[in-house]
Amino acid sequence: MAIRNNDAVIVGVGQTEISKQSGRSELQLAAEASLLALNDAGIAPEDVDGMITYTIDNNDEVGLCRCLGVKDLKYTVRVPQGGGGSVVTIFQAMAAVKSGVADVVLIWRAMNERSQYRFGRPVPAGRIPVGGGSTFMEWAMPFGAQSPGSWEALVAQAYMKKYGVTNADFGMVSVLLRKHAATNPAAWFYKKPITIDDHQNSRWIAAPVLRLLDCCQESDGGVAIVVTRMDRARDLKQKPVKIHGAVHTMLPNHEIITNYYHSQDLTRAALSETVTKRLKKTARIAPAETQVAMIYDNFTPQIFTQLEGFGYCKRGEAKDYIAGGNLELYGKSPLSPNGGHIGEGYIHGMNLISEGVRQARGTAVNQVKNVETVFLGSGVSGAIIGVV
Amino acid sequence: MADDASLRGGVATRPDPIVTVDSSAFWAGADRGELIIQQCGDCTTFYHPPRPMCPKCHTTAMRPVKANGRGTIYSYCIPIHPPSFGFAAPPIVALIDLEEGVRIVSNVVGIEYEKVTNGLKVEVEFEPTEGGHQVPVFRVTTKKKAR
Ligand SMILES: [Zn+2]
Repeated sequence: MAIRNNDAVIVGVGQTEISKQSGRSELQLAAEASLLALNDAGIAPEDVDGMITYTIDNNDEVGLCRCLGVKDLKYTVRVPQGGGGSVVTIFQAMAAVKSGVADVVLIWRAMNERSQYRFGRPVPAGRIPVGGGSTFMEWAMPFGAQSPGSWEALVAQAYMKKYGVTNADFGMVSVLLRKHAATNPAAWFYKKPITIDDHQNSRWIAAPVLRLLDCCQESDGGVAIVVTRMDRARDLKQKPVKIHGAVHTMLPNHEIITNYYHSQDLTRAALSETVTKRLKKTARIAPAETQVAMIYDNFTPQIFTQLEGFGYCKRGEAKDYIAGGNLELYGKSPLSPNGGHIGEGYIHGMNLISEGVRQARGTAVNQVKNVETVFLGSGVSGAIIGVV
Repeated sequence: MADDASLRGGVATRPDPIVTVDSSAFWAGADRGELIIQQCGDCTTFYHPPRPMCPKCHTTAMRPVKANGRGTIYSYCIPIHPPSFGFAAPPIVALIDLEEGVRIVSNVVGIEYEKVTNGLKVEVEFEPTEGGHQVPVFRVTTKKKAR
């Protein structure tokens, strides 16, 4: 009889193609991605007894159970804060598995975020943004700040001013992620690298902060992840990827994008600093000690502030850290080898998690050498994973 | 005087505010031409955006008070593409730190974008919305008007 080991491990990942027009329902994308993940794990869909997705995912648990043939669902939860909460799904799955409330947890996120609706489009008067109406968005709408790009720019402009950072500096992230995407056949921008001139010639979205090529690629697609206990994982198809630690934080007066009221100084990524502190305690590994950095890139400035918040460099030093080549595939902390949201496509954080799992397994197309652990980071949440 | 960016042929096109129970005092004040922030009735702390309970002393005796209307530009941007609903030209959006110690999102009017910098002193005025309401916007304080 196997000794019980309730460590939470990721045993399956599934991902549909990433496109601008999936040509099928969001529920079908969710079902296809889920089936891919369960087949990848070698777990029968009827064995799923826990489900986790985002509060703003349009699919219903019942609908997905009807497609997969799930027989007895014991546990469901939805996580807040949009893509910022993407890694919270890993935290919740870990908590469910370790506590014993569920044995096989299926995480999914599926959206036609390009062909059916677009987060990046301004929202007309009186309407709540499609990305979810969080506490502070309403206060920006009548002033013409009606889209995530304009909300992001108000924080990032303060960062640029304080540390002497230019839009061309942000462009380093775009060029890097497009380089990674160029050799990833699953990426929307496969074989389409850009130069810094391309970046500087792309049109302004929100001046003086964001150009078109500073923004992620709004996409259609679905991603699913399967989490179970270590003792159950031993007989499955894949090398289990252990969740060494996963954390979530919500601090006073914070939200994920119109995040203006928590402090006089908005240039500090306080949420990410807290995530880092908690991860050091629970995983006993700091993000910067891992070999791959899967960090949420809705807009390029977010990489700058998260690198600082997650402890890769000191405040104000992200520009030099990136210019020093640290985020290249051969560098100290390779950033999103799949090309991230800017190069591969934007499935709201989940395609960064699936790539993190592939990197940990050693099966990614742009595989980083000698990976022991991978950091998954999305502003308010973070996790350290790795094969043990 | 209204800013050109939210006027078409003299008709206001700026979107109406989204009014909720907890934000109604702010927008009612704007309709009267007053910049309203929230103050705790017990510990006198100022808040914005408003909330129904003071997180320090847990009273629900939160009261709307008139701010003095003076502030400083903390940060700014102009949303260019896609164009914002209700604006013929990209508005200058800014975070304004009010003298009372709270921050609000608003517009800076009456100045070219190229001349805006962090730290400029500004004063409140009001602009109409398409549905006949008003919102607070800010104009750079002139030497003559400065106190
Ligand atoms: Zn109080």
